[in-house]
Amino acid sequence: MSEIITPSQTVGPFFAYGLTPKGRAQWDPNGSYSWKQTVGDNLVTPDASGEKIHIEGRITDGDGAPINDAMIEIWQADSQGRYAHPRDNRALPNTQFKGFGRSATDKNGVYGFDTVKPGSVPGPNGKPQAPHIVFCIFSRGMLRQIYTRLYFSDEKGNDADPILSLVPAARRGTLIAHKEASGGATVYRFDIRVQGKDETVFFDI
Amino acid sequence: MSLIYPKESLSAYPKHLSPAYRSTVKRSPSQPLIIVPHTLSELTGPVYGHNAVQEGDNDLTKQHKGEPLGERIIVHGHVYDEDKRPVPDTLVEIWQANACGRYVHIVDQHPAPLDPNFTGAGRTVTDKNGYYKFITVKPGAYPWGNHPNAWRPNHIHFSVFGASFLSRLVTQMYFPGDYLFPFDPIFNSVTDEKARQRMVSSFDLENTIPDWALCFRWDIVLRGREATPLDEEKH
Repeated sequence: MSEIITPSQTVGPFFAYGLTPKGRAQWDPNGSYSWKQTVGDNLVTPDASGEKIHIEGRITDGDGAPINDAMIEIWQADSQGRYAHPRDNRALPNTQFKGFGRSATDKNGVYGFDTVKPGSVPGPNGKPQAPHIVFCIFSRGMLRQIYTRLYFSDEKGNDADPILSLVPAARRGTLIAHKEASGGATVYRFDIRVQGKDETVFFDI
Repeated sequence: MSLIYPKESLSAYPKHLSPAYRSTVKRSPSQPLIIVPHTLSELTGPVYGHNAVQEGDNDLTKQHKGEPLGERIIVHGHVYDEDKRPVPDTLVEIWQANACGRYVHIVDQHPAPLDPNFTGAGRTVTDKNGYYKFITVKPGAYPWGNHPNAWRPNHIHFSVFGASFLSRLVTQMYFPGDYLFPFDPIFNSVTDEKARQRMVSSFDLENTIPDWALCFRWDIVLRGREATPLDEEKH
């Protein structure tokens, strides 16, 4: 007999000083709260191989208004498609790369991460998955987290991706981050529309 | 489809849209969520061990020069999976209002005093038995704008990782017998009585320390049946 799991509750509007006390998106005019940060928005470690990228986007509600009190968490493989987790028992060349990041949104609803582009990872029935990043979104007004995925506009493997292919074709575009050149750095723009026109696809997992 | 994280277990959760909590109306997806299998990307997740926390991070009463005002309390318990197996070495983060019901967050400007000796953030990592413990002060109730004369019951926010990105949980711990329960749309967004009680701690006299601090026990049950992943995956 399984136990009833502990229900989710909203992260609320006041998480920043505890979960994202430094960096982007602080409402505190002094820049940051005093609490030490465990997880930040820069995933790049000295040993991380692969292409360094910046991911940025805006998260909006059903009225198209920016959600200025969201927390976005991302989980990804390293550039060789390895997850820093015991269940992925393949070789792990980037031993310091954790693949996890956390960003609060700023007053304009904008979040951002510095990371490396992930490699392809195994999917169901041995079919490879196109490079992607799992997003988990929390905010005031969300009683439970919502999950989505970011795919990259310049990856040919998207067409054959086993998860993308389960998404109605007309909505797949909401999961594609678009590559932009910005002062030499590679930037992928990935806006998230929680509700309404061009609503981002979220997953029931 | 993996059986390690049965979807049925999520029936304990609130619905995304729960109109009595007004902010859900514009912040919940309106399209059906797309059902996809659990792949390696979902069945793995961030691992933050004991190097993520420092000595004393779990004592919110010792982060400043003096002691915070309010009722000193101990909050402790175990983190389990759905089969009641302990979840060891997992990061637990908390944040809360001070004893007057005021958060240090810049957006909280309601007329209650800040406490210069209290930030209200803490973290710890569960031991090999899934056990965690915090020392803090009991947070106060506070008003919010959801409806006329709305007040949140006393609560501590919890963030827990667990074994994968699917077991990730952000929730709130409540205190037993709170008179604000019947009026709180966030608490009541969980419609099943037994599931709702999962969010309520119990008073723990046995571990209350004489002349020093009341104790509350709160066990957390995460999604997942991680103990036999290899067997499950063959199904």
